[in-house]
Amino acid sequence: MPELRLLLPPVGENWSRIADYRAHGGYGAAERALREMTPEAIVELVKSSRLRGRGGAGFPTGMKWGFLPKDRQRPRYIACNADESEPGTFKDRQILERNPHKLIEGLLIAAWANTIDAAYVYMRGEYRGPFENLGAAVAEAYAAGYLGKNVLGTGLDFDVYLHRGAGAYICGEETGLLESLEGRKGQPRKRPPFPAISGLWRRPTIVNNVETMSHVPHIVANGAEWFKQIGVEKSTGTTIFGVSGDVVRPGTYELPLGTPLRELIFEYAGGIPEGRALKAVIPGGVSMPVLTAEQAMQVDMSHDALVAAGSMLGTGGIVVLDERQCMVRAALAIARFFRHESCGQCTQCREGTGWLHKLMVSLEAGTGTPADLKTIDEVTRFMDGHTICALSDAAAWGSGWFLRRFRQEFEDHVTHRGCPLAATSFEV
Amino acid sequence: MALSSELTQRISAEFPKYPEKRAVLLTALHFVQEESGGWLPKDVVPELAQLLEIPVIDVWEVISFYSMFNAEPVGRYHLRVCTNLSCCLRGARAVVRAFEQALDIRPGERTEDGMFSLGEVECLGSCGTAPVLQVNNRRYDEGLSPGDVGGLVARLRKEASTSKREES
Repeated sequence: MPELRLLLPPVGENWSRIADYRAHGGYGAAERALREMTPEAIVELVKSSRLRGRGGAGFPTGMKWGFLPKDRQRPRYIACNADESEPGTFKDRQILERNPHKLIEGLLIAAWANTIDAAYVYMRGEYRGPFENLGAAVAEAYAAGYLGKNVLGTGLDFDVYLHRGAGAYICGEETGLLESLEGRKGQPRKRPPFPAISGLWRRPTIVNNVETMSHVPHIVANGAEWFKQIGVEKSTGTTIFGVSGDVVRPGTYELPLGTPLRELIFEYAGGIPEGRALKAVIPGGVSMPVLTAEQAMQVDMSHDALVAAGSMLGTGGIVVLDERQCMVRAALAIARFFRHESCGQCTQCREGTGWLHKLMVSLEAGTGTPADLKTIDEVTRFMDGHTICALSDAAAWGSGWFLRRFRQEFEDHVTHRGCPLAATSFEV
Repeated sequence: MALSSELTQRISAEFPKYPEKRAVLLTALHFVQEESGGWLPKDVVPELAQLLEIPVIDVWEVISFYSMFNAEPVGRYHLRVCTNLSCCLRGARAVVRAFEQALDIRPGERTEDGMFSLGEVECLGSCGTAPVLQVNNRRYDEGLSPGDVGGLVARLRKEASTSKREES
């Protein structure tokens, strides 16, 4: 089966320059939206398409837009989340490097629909190439009259500004992003108020991921019914899945939501090298609960199916681990990451991420005890659901579910006083 | 003046994009770091605070919070290898070891000649082309193996001897 590419150009093509993008129908949807559709009609269209956010949480996009105050008092902002840093996730980068005008067109339509003055694209600082590529595309869009004063003669004044982060995972959390964009440490805010009411500079703000915004043009162009026919009932449209780890062809694959995980691993990504057996799969970035091979072989990549299987779709970043690999080491790598990235604001997270990391290191070093396994269980429970943002939950799920789903292997680390898979496993 | 008039102008040119000058802080620190050999000299901090009309401590808070800002000198080539899960599954640890051997330094250290510094970094969004190295917060070298490291180090040494320092 070929991929279904709505977001990305065909293999080997790059539509970063505006002439190429327009030659493939680019900006047609924006022209139609601004000239023929009312803002309210666009919000309704996005609602009825059932588009859900592609940044990890899967919140309905139209509903989020609907939370903006009805008085349309300005200024109002878009904060576009291009801080892609969930480990296992490398999809927004594909749009930024190969189809940046798609994002700009999505931002323009969203600006018209929501009476927005300016969009700030907050991009992780390490994405230097994507930053320059999007910057060149934004300059082209200004020159072509799609951005700036009186866009397409409609009276809309709309600016797109690019903003660089500087290396902090927490800035991908929506209120951490707002804090960082305002020039502070990226420590998340308490909610309420939600950003739609009080966001950037305490003004109404919608925060949407790069891929989410990039779906808006083809929804406007082809209609909500068309979009809903792709994917499954509550997970509509395509997404850019990323497959990494122990597969023959790691990379991104744009496919309808609801595609079986087994197809993604064994057909698109070519299966596991040298015919080794599958052991574990993280389906949506390392924040999401790991699945056993048995679970992974049966699940479809939709929101509902993954929740039913005891995980979540997250960012659709799939990390595959084969039979050689040690589950404690995987949990250790994840725990180390969250310890590094905790912003330090909430005690459960600041302390808990450190505890988890130390306990995993101890197990791997052969100094772990049966009581340590109980402590991991306890610490993850204290961390889950008790903090300002979801980083603590993610840290608890990310390593805690390795223990719950591969408990025997953790116990073996205690009884063997070290890693029983040291001879075959990856090094951490 | 630690902050050149050219840098002051570049930073000030960012102000109109935002309702508050403070929002330019991260961008300003990137600009300064690129012009200062990849790190942030101490004496620039009060001047930045004054330009952005914010307390000095707020600048320090931001510098210490974000992993891309260096408060200490780094090598002419600042090498950061991703050691998150997808890169480790593809052999990142062996790549780090190869750099340690080739440069005779550990992560967090700098070579005596100031040419290289080495570090580990969290996920760079290169999981499909793992393992990845980022040089000077700029270019990515993807799909690395330990065998590539010697050639890469030699290439950078040669580049250093033939060109002036690239932007960090």
